[in-house]
Amino acid sequence: MTLSELKQGAIGIVKEFTDLEMSVKLMEMGCLPGEEVSVARIAPLGDPIAINVSGYQLSLRKFEASTIILQ
Amino acid sequence: MKADIRVALVGNPNTGKSTLFNTLTGLNQKIGNFPGVTVDKKTGYCQLADGRTAEIIDLPGTYSLYPKSQDESIVFSILADKANPLSPDLVVVIVDATNLKRNLLLYTQVADLKIPVIIALNMMDLAKKAGISIDVDLFAKKLGVPVVPISARKVEGIDKLRAAINFANKIALQEESIEVEAIAPDLIGQISKDLKLDNPYYALQLAHQHETIKFISAAESERIEELEHEFSFHSQKAQAAETIARYNFINDLLYDTVKIPETAKEQTLSNKIDKVLTHKIFGFIIFLAILLFMFQSIFSWSAYPMELIGDFFVWAQSNLHGILPAGPLTGLLVDGVLGGLSGVMVFIPQIAILFAFISILEDTGYMSRVTFMMDKLMRKVGLNGKSVVPLIGGFACAVPSIMSTRTIENWKDRMITIMVTPLITCSARLPIYVLLISLVVPNRNVWWLFNMQGLALTGMYIFSLISAITVAFVFKFIIKGRERGYFIMELPVYRMPRWNNVAYSMYERSKAFVFQAGKVIIAISVILWVLASYGPGERFRQIEQKYAQPQYKQNLKPEELTRAMNSEKLENSYAGMLGHAIEPAIKPLGFDWKIGIALITSFAAREVFVGTMATIYSVEGSAEKMESVQQKMKTAKNPETGQPVFSLAVAFSLMMFYAFAMQCASTVAVVYRETKNWKWPAIQFAYMTVLAYAASFIAYNLLK
Repeated sequence: MTLSELKQGAIGIVKEFTDLEMSVKLMEMGCLPGEEVSVARIAPLGDPIAINVSGYQLSLRKFEASTIILQ
Repeated sequence: MKADIRVALVGNPNTGKSTLFNTLTGLNQKIGNFPGVTVDKKTGYCQLADGRTAEIIDLPGTYSLYPKSQDESIVFSILADKANPLSPDLVVVIVDATNLKRNLLLYTQVADLKIPVIIALNMMDLAKKAGISIDVDLFAKKLGVPVVPISARKVEGIDKLRAAINFANKIALQEESIEVEAIAPDLIGQISKDLKLDNPYYALQLAHQHETIKFISAAESERIEELEHEFSFHSQKAQAAETIARYNFINDLLYDTVKIPETAKEQTLSNKIDKVLTHKIFGFIIFLAILLFMFQSIFSWSAYPMELIGDFFVWAQSNLHGILPAGPLTGLLVDGVLGGLSGVMVFIPQIAILFAFISILEDTGYMSRVTFMMDKLMRKVGLNGKSVVPLIGGFACAVPSIMSTRTIENWKDRMITIMVTPLITCSARLPIYVLLISLVVPNRNVWWLFNMQGLALTGMYIFSLISAITVAFVFKFIIKGRERGYFIMELPVYRMPRWNNVAYSMYERSKAFVFQAGKVIIAISVILWVLASYGPGERFRQIEQKYAQPQYKQNLKPEELTRAMNSEKLENSYAGMLGHAIEPAIKPLGFDWKIGIALITSFAAREVFVGTMATIYSVEGSAEKMESVQQKMKTAKNPETGQPVFSLAVAFSLMMFYAFAMQCASTVAVVYRETKNWKWPAIQFAYMTVLAYAASFIAYNLLK
């Protein structure tokens, strides 16, 4: 399952990334393998989404979330 | 001022870095540019207890030393390049105590560059409130650096930080964070050897960034490239490995030094606010309401100070005319330079108010929610969630709005935003629209409620928004992107705005505008003044002689005589000749040479149109008296046909022209300042002029 499929409020754990370039940026922002993530909110128009990770909120587009594979 | 030590402030965005900078330096700061790039360089001075002066440099906020934007690339250049004139003796890394994990990534990178470093643990008050407990002593001991808990907002711990700067080591004593060599042992070893470097992390960073940084020679860069091939170095993989190693180190560090309760209170409050502010329906309604309020305020609050500034210059000009001897030099100084200066200064209230709003919206964290809500919509037309604010600001004035596009990291999105912002109906177009609409649109109500003139004006505003979006959509396919677009963005916790920062931001932006765009505007104003006040050969003297004849002197009052003479002089000036010269070109748009003069003189600023019309139609008194211009324009007849000059077709043709044409020297100057390349203002000027001509032509021929 990818992060873009995670329901609002549900919790997942990051397993790996499908896009290396994107993964570098995401990991810098504290979104690493083994880290717990949950979907806090979805933008009114359905994209982007906001996730809780590493103790703060990060917003990213659905496409970007789809490169994050959850355990 | 000469400083004894130089201190760089480094930290993530939203950590209170600028608040700390303002607190440390007070008003004792200045803003310049980092050489070669359009990144604001803020430096200030701070007195230390032993009498020494520390120069503080505020570096752009960044999450890591691997840059994602031009602003961020400055940080590495300043910190790593020892030959840089701004190379710091000490780095203060400011970290948010409520979000230590992510904040410490940057710290470990900076620490590994082996520059003496101090950690300022900011927002301690909020961390305490949220129930986060930090064993500061153990934390400092494990890292081997001084750690000062502060609250920059509440000015707590600042003295201790100043003392820590005072007693800072001259050599770096911090503990190793990760084993840098392990990431690419052979490559790091060989680069260090060939370039004679003593810091493995610096060598690794050069391997990553050698193509973009400017402070190493081409030969060195080539050598690094060769070595990368030799050792088959993969930049992104290495970076991923480094980041993972750093977070492992940080997790170990935080394990026994920091206790965080399950969910921080602050976050839950922020979530509650977000439930309303980013709600499907209320979110947009609130956003619209905030925009309306902002837009209204920029208009209404700036009206009075703008009038004051205008009046002051009129007063100064008339007084100086009285004091100084009449002559070309006085004319140049008073009408050319002072006139140009007033054109610059008059924008200050709008710039200051717009930036006050922007800094409040940014400070509270609302701006990132706007971006969050609007991103999908804006992306469709080639813009970015962050383009919303500059576009809305464009309703007041394109100049500060273009300055505010710097928050857009993606180069292509930023360029498109800059290119289309001047299409939005700015406040300088308002007097022109008001004048022309009142000339041709009847002042009566339709369907009881709506005033026709008001509807026409609203139509012009909506039209401008549609044209900006359409042009953006076209540029989406023309401009080639340099990088992949990202939208990985922190949504900071909601906070109260810091009024000090708001005031600083108003002051800074106004100052930057006056000093940087001001030069170009004054230069263009002087040129236009010369064109309008001088004519070829003997013409001006002949006009003066003509009006000196008794039949004029006897039949006309002195003021009427001067007005008639000035009007005829303008017609015969270089500007007037240009007006005549371009008449064939503008005739298809329904314009005569008089309007041609106004188009030329209003090149520097649209609002000059009304003033020029006043002079051409030799209106009584100053240009401020709009009714009288209106009267004269209304009665103006075309000498050939006997029809009124300002028909519905001509008026709308003119409005279309002003809606599209880049008749604003300030915008040209600020686009150059922001892009550092004349190509962009040139393209913008060209496409807007073409659109203006086409739109006018269509409007005139449809309504004729």
